[in-house]
This record gives sequence, structure tokens and C-alpha cells, in this order.
Amino acid sequence: MGIRQVLDKVEPHFHSGGRYEKFYALYEAVDTIFYSPPSVTRSTSHLRDGIDLKRIMITMWMCTFPAMFFGMYNAGLQANTALLTEGVSALSGWRDAVTMSLAGGHDPESIWANFVLGATYFIPIYFITFAVGGFWEVLFAVKRGHEINEGFFVTSVLFALTLPATTPLWQVALGITFGVVIGKEVFGGTGKNFLNPALTGRAFLYFAYPAQMSGDSVWVPGVDGYSGATALSTAAQGGMAQLQQQMSWSDAFFGFIQGSMGETSTLMILIGGAVLLWTRIASWRIILGVFLGMVLTATLFNLIGSQTNPMFVLPWYWHLVIGGFAFGMIFMATDPVSASMTNKGKLAFGALIGIMVVLIRVVNPAFPEGMMLAILFANLFAPLMDHFVVQANVKRRQKRLATATAGKETA
Amino acid sequence: MFEHYLSLFIKAVFVENMALAFFLGMCTFLAVSKKVQSALGLGIAVVVVLMITVPVNNLILNYLLKAGALSWTGIEGAENIDLTFLGLLSYIGVIAAIVQILEMFLDKFVPALYNALGVYLPLITVNCAIMGASLFMVQRDYNFGESVIYGAGAGVGWALAITALAGIREKLKYSDVPAGLQGLGITFLTVGLMSLGFMSFSGIQL
Repeated sequence: MGIRQVLDKVEPHFHSGGRYEKFYALYEAVDTIFYSPPSVTRSTSHLRDGIDLKRIMITMWMCTFPAMFFGMYNAGLQANTALLTEGVSALSGWRDAVTMSLAGGHDPESIWANFVLGATYFIPIYFITFAVGGFWEVLFAVKRGHEINEGFFVTSVLFALTLPATTPLWQVALGITFGVVIGKEVFGGTGKNFLNPALTGRAFLYFAYPAQMSGDSVWVPGVDGYSGATALSTAAQGGMAQLQQQMSWSDAFFGFIQGSMGETSTLMILIGGAVLLWTRIASWRIILGVFLGMVLTATLFNLIGSQTNPMFVLPWYWHLVIGGFAFGMIFMATDPVSASMTNKGKLAFGALIGIMVVLIRVVNPAFPEGMMLAILFANLFAPLMDHFVVQANVKRRQKRLATATAGKETA
Repeated sequence: MFEHYLSLFIKAVFVENMALAFFLGMCTFLAVSKKVQSALGLGIAVVVVLMITVPVNNLILNYLLKAGALSWTGIEGAENIDLTFLGLLSYIGVIAAIVQILEMFLDKFVPALYNALGVYLPLITVNCAIMGASLFMVQRDYNFGESVIYGAGAGVGWALAITALAGIREKLKYSDVPAGLQGLGITFLTVGLMSLGFMSFSGIQL
């Protein structure tokens, strides 16, 4: 019996009057994962396109995989290296049991050992994100009668990847709850919110639990009391010289540094980004805007210079590889719902992010990392940018119409 | 000197945003933010009112109310007079008078905006952002030049916030908000999320 037959057989139970009427949204979600929906156009306009919302979201989800797998490897690498330098041979708890049975040790040279240990940190976080966030998504879908949307796949993976590996799981649950419910569902679900839900949840954690989330020091999993400074706060305190002493540019580019799980490797993020650009899911205008805004502002600060603030001299190619810049530029800023919709608006929206992120990193001593806040800030002004672009269009066309009719009357 | 004024202005616009950091002027902020056009109009009106009232109140404070401020009159014993207890009363009087003049001006020259703003224009009188700016000016002991810049900055910040909120609310017209949250409820949530976005400025030392 094929999947279609099974689905058809159970379908009547989910329609109104059926036994599981309340769970129609779940049935609909499963059905449309396997088959395209049977509904056909009934009005005069008809759009034919190979890509729909589901495919967009699933492609985007898959594009985070390079960064995700590398993130697991790197979290393990950092932990195993820390174990080696501290002279600790084993951790306690289930993570060690899993690592020992699957990889047989804590050797930072072994790719597999690193990967397994990293996975024991990432997978619980992702699982909790998915389960708790999914619970709210389904609850709202069932209660309010809208579809369960694959946008949640993207939200959950982006949220999990921006977290440090040592985040307590109850904070993960709280953050994704805030992001999904307050950031998205109270506005009516995917496509109707104005802030990026993953970032809303992340920002909520950032401000609610600054002790764990500050971005000053990291989070080497496993060893208590072993934490180094993040690249950004090293640069803020010690300047370029100290930063280069700690890591080389290529280390930061390939991602062998400490940081939140998904955002360390600029290379892996760019691989995902290339697919997104090639399939035209991410807007090149936004990415270009973010990049140019960042380069110009960073160069401007380089030229101004400062005696007291070492962040002023950080060149743009360092801004690109440290912190969450690349991750935010490729995956967060390009969120089609919360970004500007018009072409000119997209460029302006991107540029605002690029300018803000360098401003926050350089000028604001309270926050070493600015990408998340810059994107949230630009989200606030995205609808306004669209409004003015549309108004300018309307005015231009009215003017053209006026000249055209005036020309007709004289002729 | 210029740098000092610039940093004061930036601070008033972003770091100490009247609407999103202090939550002042909420009644008009929530009520007149349905359309970008009228929000922009009201924002400009608030900027104008603030730019006039804060410096005028500054002059009143420094030359009439402060302890010993009346000594310029040359009256005997004037340097012992302290009229600061009249502060609130005179600030409100100044604000009310200036709003009244602005209202007459708009009625005569920009009737479209006058009609769009409706009852909220006279309500600027009791807009806490306006009163708040004057009181902050007193508390922080700004001089005349600083009070002009501070008034302008506080107004621009408030105008920026209300215009952004109006943009978002125009977009949210197409969203599907649960019945219990429709109207003011979702607007409060929106404003809360907006101030989360403005948190990026908190901590900037200028």
C-alpha cells in the first residue's frame, strides 16, 4: 500500500465531523510533505512556479547543514583541546559515556572523536528547540486553524546554531518559546510577523540571562572554569596585536575558533550562502547591502582612528570572519518576511545592518557582538523603507501620467 | 564644542529614546500610529513643540525661577527668592500656550494635517514626552544651547519611533492576530519588541 492510499484512507477522520477533526493541521502537514496539494486555481490569475514556500524553507534548512556539521566538529575540537591542555582525561556524565563508546577517547586529532563529542552538545539543544518550538507551532496551528509551516524548520535550526554549546537546556526551551510565540504566532504565524523569530528568541535570552550569553567569554564545553575570551572581546580589549596572537585570519575564516556553534566557520556559511544565492532564495541585494555597509563603516573607522578604543583599527576582513557577522548576513538578514520587500528597500535595509553592526561592535562597549541587534534594529525600519519606496513609485507614476495626459490634450 | 552637541543629540535620539527607552508619550504614540503619513505629521509637530518649549522653559528656569535667578531685576532681596516650586506650573503653561499657537498655525496653513491629527494635536499639551523633556532639562542642568539640541534630539527620537511603529502597523494590517489581542494589545507587544531592537544602543557612552 502506497503512502497515498494510507493518507487517503485516514483523511476523512480529519475533516470536520471526523474523529480527529482538531488535528487536521497535522494531517495536512504530513500530506504536503509527500505530495503537492491537490487544490487548483479557481480564479483568473494563475502563477506557475517550480518553487513554493515549502521548498524554499527546506532548501534554506539544508543550506545550514555545512555550518551545522562543522559546528559540531568544532565544538568537540575546542572541548577536546581544552581537556588536553588541562590534563583531564575524561569528563563525567552521559556525554563521556557516549563519546567513549562511539569514539573511544578524547583525542583532538581525531575528526570522529571531535564530531561525536560536539554532537552530544548540539543534538540535545537542537532536539529541545525542535520539540518545544514545534509544540507551540502545532498548538497554534490546531487552535487557530492555519497550516503548520516549514518556516519552523528554519527558525529552529537558526536559533540552535546561534547558541553557545553550554547553554542550559531550560534556557533553550524558554528562548524558542519566546521567539515562536511572541515573535511570530501572536501575529498570526509565518509571513505575518515583523521580527525574525529566531533572533527574537536569541535576543530574549541575551538580555534575560546575560551571565551565560554575554559574548565576552566563551564557553568551552566540558571543563569547568575553562573559558577564553571571544575573538571580538579580545579585539576590544587588547587590539589587533593580541587578536592576531590568539588566532590567525585563516583560522577564523575556516572556523577553528571558539564561539557559538554555527557561526565560527565563515567558509561553511558561505558554501550554504552560495546555494541560497544560486537558487535565488536569498536576496543578493540584502547580502550586498550588508557587506558594503560593513566595509564602508569599518574603513571609515580605520581612517578616523582612536587612541583609546582599539576596535577602531579592526579592518573589514576581520569584521567579516569573527563573531556572527557571516552567519547573520547569509541566514538572518535575508529572511524574506522580516526584511524589506522592495528592491531599493532591500539594499537600504542591508546597508543599515552593515552600518549598525560595526557601530555597535566599535562604539558600544556594553555589547561586543552586534550582528543580532543590528538585524533586529533594521527589522524595525524595514516596513518604513518599503513605504517610502512605494510612495516614491506612486509619485513618479502620477507625474508620468500627468505629463502623458497633458501631452495628449495639447495634441 | 560641536562634538559635545553632536553626542548630546545622538544620545537623545537613540540611547535615551523618549518612546522606546523611557516609554514616555505613550498615549499619542499608540493612538496616532496607524498611518505613516499622520504619524510623520505628529512627529514633526512634536519636534517643533519640543524645540521651542525646552529652551523657553530653560530661560524661565534660569531667569525667573531658580534660587537667585531674579537678581538681574535689581530689586532688593531678589537674590534670596527661590521660585522653583512654581516649576511644574510654568512649564505646563508654556507648553499649553505653544501647542495652542501651533494648532492655530496648522489650522490656517496645513488643514489636511490638522484634520488628520484631530484631537491628538491638543493632546500634545499633556504628552508626557514634552513635559518629560523639560523636566530632564531641569534635572540635568542643561544650558540654553544644550536645551535647544536636547529638545530637537528628544523630538527626533520620538518622531523616528512613532514613524517606524506606523510602518510596522501598516504591515501588520495583513497579519492574523488572535481576537483577544487585536488593536491595542498587539500594539503594546509590538512596542515591546521594538524597544528590544533599540536595546542595541543601551550602554553607549558618549
